[in-house]
Amino acid sequence: MTLATLDDRTPPRPVGAAHLTREQIDELGRELDALRAEVMDSLGAEDARYIHGMIQTQRMLEVAGRLLLVGARRPLAFAAGTGMLAVAKILENMEIGHNVIHGQWDWMRDPDIHSTSWEWDFVAPAKGWKHTHNDVHHTWTNVVGKDRDVGYSVLRVSREQEWEPRFLFNLPMNALIAPLFEWAIAIYDLELDEVKAGRKSKGALRDDFKALGVKVARMIAKDYAGTPLVAHLATRSGVQALVGTALANTIRNIWAHAVIFCGHFPDEVESFPEEAIAGETRGDWYVRQMLGSANLEGGKLFHIMTGNLSHQIEHHLFPDMPSRRYGQIAPRVREICERYGLKYTSGPLHRQIRQTWRTLARLSLPDRLAVSR
Amino acid sequence: MRWLRPLTDAVSTLTYPLHLDEIAALIDPRFSSKQPRARVTEVVAEGPRSATVRFRPAPGWQQHQAGQWVRVGVEIDGVRHWRSYSLSTAPGQDPAITVTDIGRVSGALVRQVRPGDILYLDPPQGEFVLPEHPRPLLMITGGSGVTPVIAMLRTLAARRPDTDVVVLHTARTRADALFVDELDALAESAPGVRHVLWLSGESGRLDLTSVATPDRLCPDWRDRATYVCGPEGLVADAERLWASEGAGEHLTIERFSVSRVAGPPGSGGVATFTRSDREVRVDGATPLLEAGEAAGVPLPSGCRMGICRTCLTKLDVGRVRDLTTGEVHGEPGDLIRTCVSAAAGDVHLDA
Repeated sequence: MTLATLDDRTPPRPVGAAHLTREQIDELGRELDALRAEVMDSLGAEDARYIHGMIQTQRMLEVAGRLLLVGARRPLAFAAGTGMLAVAKILENMEIGHNVIHGQWDWMRDPDIHSTSWEWDFVAPAKGWKHTHNDVHHTWTNVVGKDRDVGYSVLRVSREQEWEPRFLFNLPMNALIAPLFEWAIAIYDLELDEVKAGRKSKGALRDDFKALGVKVARMIAKDYAGTPLVAHLATRSGVQALVGTALANTIRNIWAHAVIFCGHFPDEVESFPEEAIAGETRGDWYVRQMLGSANLEGGKLFHIMTGNLSHQIEHHLFPDMPSRRYGQIAPRVREICERYGLKYTSGPLHRQIRQTWRTLARLSLPDRLAVSR
Repeated sequence: MRWLRPLTDAVSTLTYPLHLDEIAALIDPRFSSKQPRARVTEVVAEGPRSATVRFRPAPGWQQHQAGQWVRVGVEIDGVRHWRSYSLSTAPGQDPAITVTDIGRVSGALVRQVRPGDILYLDPPQGEFVLPEHPRPLLMITGGSGVTPVIAMLRTLAARRPDTDVVVLHTARTRADALFVDELDALAESAPGVRHVLWLSGESGRLDLTSVATPDRLCPDWRDRATYVCGPEGLVADAERLWASEGAGEHLTIERFSVSRVAGPPGSGGVATFTRSDREVRVDGATPLLEAGEAAGVPLPSGCRMGICRTCLTKLDVGRVRDLTTGEVHGEPGDLIRTCVSAAAGDVHLDA
C-alpha cells in the first residue's frame, strides 16, 4: 500500500525530460555519478599547481593595479591601474573566490585555500553567501518559490512567478542591479523576505547585519579610503585613485551580473514548479540542473574570466569539482545530453545577454499582454 | 619580528581580505597569516632509508627547545599531509628533522623533498626537554627515538661539555643506527659522555623488564635523570621498571607509536561534520580524523596517535570508541581525540 501511494506521488517530469522513463533517468544518474567519481579520483598535483598559480597571478595583478592607481594623476597609470584592478577583482571573485567557497579545493587540505576560511573581495560576507548560494540556490536550482536566485526577489524571470505591478520596472531594476551587483547580493543574502515570512529569526538577521557591517567597513576602508589616501599623500592623486577603485568595482559588478544572469535565464532554460521536486531522485536532480542551466561559449581566457561559470551546466551538476575540470568534461556531458535527448543550452555571451534582457522585458508585462516567444 | 605585527596588521587594511603576509608571500612563499612555513635548505642522506631535512622557517618562528617535536606538513599529489617529528638540532640553529622512510609522509620527505621546497609547520611542542639544572643523565633510545636526544647532546656539547651523560642507544644493526658516528665522536671528545650501542640483531632485544641489564650497563641508573624515547614496548617497560624501583620521578618519556585496538566490524555509523557540512559513512575501526580528512574537512591534528591532544574536537551527538583501549565513551560537549576515536554509531562533530 505504502509503495503504491509513493508511486502516485511521483512528481511531474520537467517538460524537457517528459520523454524519459524512470529507468532511463536512473541510468543517467549512474552515468553522471561515475563521471564525477572518475574526475574526483584523478585530482592531483597539476590541479593544485593551477589554483596556486591562479592565486599568485591574481595577487600580482591586484598589487600592480593598486600601485599604478597611487600615481593615477597620469592617465596611463589611471587606465592601466583601473583595468588591472578590475581584472584582479573578477578573478578573485569568480575563478578563485566563488569556487573556493564552493569547496572545490577543500580536497587539498590547505587552510589557506579552504571553503571554511576563505573571505573574498566582495561586499557580501562569505558565510551568508555560502548559505544562500551553495545551499539554497544549488539545491533548489530554478525551482520557483524555493530558489531565491530566481529573480533575486525583485525581478520577474519566469512565467511561473505571479505577475505584480512592480514587475513593470523589471528592466530599470535590472539595469540598476548590474552596476551595484555586490551591494544587491549583500542585501539579498540578509534574506529579509524570509524574516518577514517568519522562516528566519530576528536574532539571525541581527548577526548577519553585524557581520555585513564589519565587512562593509573594511571594504570601504580599503577601496574608498585607504588606496585614495595613499595616492593623495604620495602623488596628490587621491580623487583619481578613488574614481579608479570605484570604476574597477563597477566593471566587476557589471561583468559578474552579466555572466550570472546568462547562467539561468536565457531562452530554453527551464524553471520548475515546487510540485516538480517532491520525491526527486539523484537522476531527477541531475536532469533539473542540466535543464535549468545554460553555458557560454568562448576561448580559454574567457572561461577563466567567467570563473568557468561559462560551464554553468557542468558546475551545477558537480558544484564541488575544481573548475578547471569543467571544460574537460563538457564534451562528455554534452554527449550524455544528446544520447538522452535533453537540451544542452549553450551560446555566445552576446546572444545569451540579449535573450536574458528580452525575457525580462516580456515578463515585465502580464502574460496576456506579452508578445509570445 | 613579533613587534612588527601591529604595523603589518594596520597595513593590511589596504589588502583586506588578505593579510600583508599573503602579499609578502608573492616574494617569499614562507609568509602566511594562517600557517607557519619554512624553506628546505638542505637534505642529507643518512644511510639507505633515512635523511636529515634542514629548513629555515619564516621570521617570527617560535624557537624550539632541544628534545621538542614539530608537526610537519608536505604536499603530496596536491594534498597536504602531516606527521610529527622530533627536531635534531640545538636551539638557535635552523631546525632539522631526521626521517626514516616508513610511510607516505616520511617517504616524501626522504625521497622527494629538495632544497627550496616549502614545508608547513606548527609551533614546536613537547615536554621531553633537558632538566633546568645540570645533573647526571641517562638517555635510552630505540631506533629513530635518538633524534630528540641528539638535539639535547648537541646542545650540551655547546653549552655544558662537562655534563655526565650515558647514551644507551639500541638499533638492529650498526648500519641502521642513526647518528652513530656522531655519538662515538662525542664520547671521544667529551670526557663525561659514554656511548653504549646495543645491537638487537646480535644481542637480542634490550631488556628493561628487570634491573639486570640497566645494573650492568649503567649501575647508578636510579639516580640519573633518565630520558627514554623509542618504540612502545621499550617505553612501557622502562615506565614499569622505574616505577617499581621508586625512580619514576627521574624518568621522562616520549612515545612515537601506540598500538590501536580495532572495534568489532559494523560498529561504525554516519559521521556528520557540522560546521563543514559534510557527512561520511565510517566503519568502527577508522579514526574520525582520517575519515574527516578524506572528506576534505580541515580537522586539527598532531601526533595522530592519541598523545598530544592537538586534534581535540567537540562531540555534539553520539558516542565514540577509543581505538587505543576499545572503550566506548562520549557525552555531548566532550572534546574527543579524533585521531584515536572511531564512530560507535552515528556521531556529530563540531568541525
